[in-house]
Amino acid sequence: MLRRKHIPRTVSKILAPYILLFALYVQFHGDYGPGGGFQAGVIFASVFILYALIYGMDNARKVLPPSIRRILLGLGVLIYAGTGVVGMLMGGNFLNYSVLLHDPLHGQHLGINVIEFGVGMAVFASMVTIFFVFAGQDRK
Amino acid sequence: MILDLIDITLLVFLVVTAVAIVRLDNLFAVVMLLGIFSLISAVLYVQLDAVDVAFTEAAVGAGISTVLMLGTLALTGSEEQKRTHWSPIPLAVVVITGGALVYGTFDMPHYGDPNAPIHQHVADRYIEKSGQEVGPPNIVTSVLASYRGFDTLGEVVVVFTAGAGVLTLLGHGIVSRRKRHRDEEEIKRELEELDLDETDVTVLEEEDI
Repeated sequence: MLRRKHIPRTVSKILAPYILLFALYVQFHGDYGPGGGFQAGVIFASVFILYALIYGMDNARKVLPPSIRRILLGLGVLIYAGTGVVGMLMGGNFLNYSVLLHDPLHGQHLGINVIEFGVGMAVFASMVTIFFVFAGQDRK
Repeated sequence: MILDLIDITLLVFLVVTAVAIVRLDNLFAVVMLLGIFSLISAVLYVQLDAVDVAFTEAAVGAGISTVLMLGTLALTGSEEQKRTHWSPIPLAVVVITGGALVYGTFDMPHYGDPNAPIHQHVADRYIEKSGQEVGPPNIVTSVLASYRGFDTLGEVVVVFTAGAGVLTLLGHGIVSRRKRHRDEEEIKRELEELDLDETDVTVLEEEDI
């Protein structure tokens, strides 16, 4: 879309890695500060949307092919629900993380991180999918 | 006192933005104002010490929603259709519903009231015991991911459904692309059999027109 605009191109190129890093920080520091999977997924998706806006849909599709988006979309929910099932197999209730490790608190910590990762993945894939599908429509 | 002033200012901004959104016909400006509305709401949430909610509102409401609505505008056009006739029914519905909601707030507990039902239920347990039972210093995360894990699973499924729904309604499936690819291959093969290449075909088509 903005092939000849040098300032947005350069600024987005410089900012993209830092936005990705911030998204990862929000993802994995959700248990210490504000944030978590939902916010991190959205911030992570915003980088790819920015990329698509500036470098065009065709290049963005090369970076993030539809098949990968679809796999991530389902995988996120599966990771979340799967953690619950693993808890059941290890003798607890569905989504009880205390049984995941010997120490209940460590189990909780692990479980929360894993499900937040699943949340982030599903939200990221969903946001990117919705944007790509809308922006990829033929203009009438 | 200053905090009250900030609250009042922000709420006035919210009302002004809302009225402007209703009055404007240019949908591009409306989308921008909706982003501003979300941002002001986010500041209000910070003011209420709900930083997690504020964060989500800023990222989703002001960020992604604005981009998605702009994407929709690119497909549909950015001017609202002119109203052809005026009808009192929508106004009546809005006034009655709004009035009922305002009437409902009279029964709500005051802000920060320690006797409010919300503070009599499970909140105490979250605040007192989440450190020993779950661990993370951010109680919001403990509630969201552990105590209310099943709720959050439901939310993630909703997000998943939104993505899958958009894909089903508007997306071009993987299967169809593979089929398109196969069709192209077939055309190429047939052309080879006829000893033509694609340039000949385009020339032919142009001549037909």
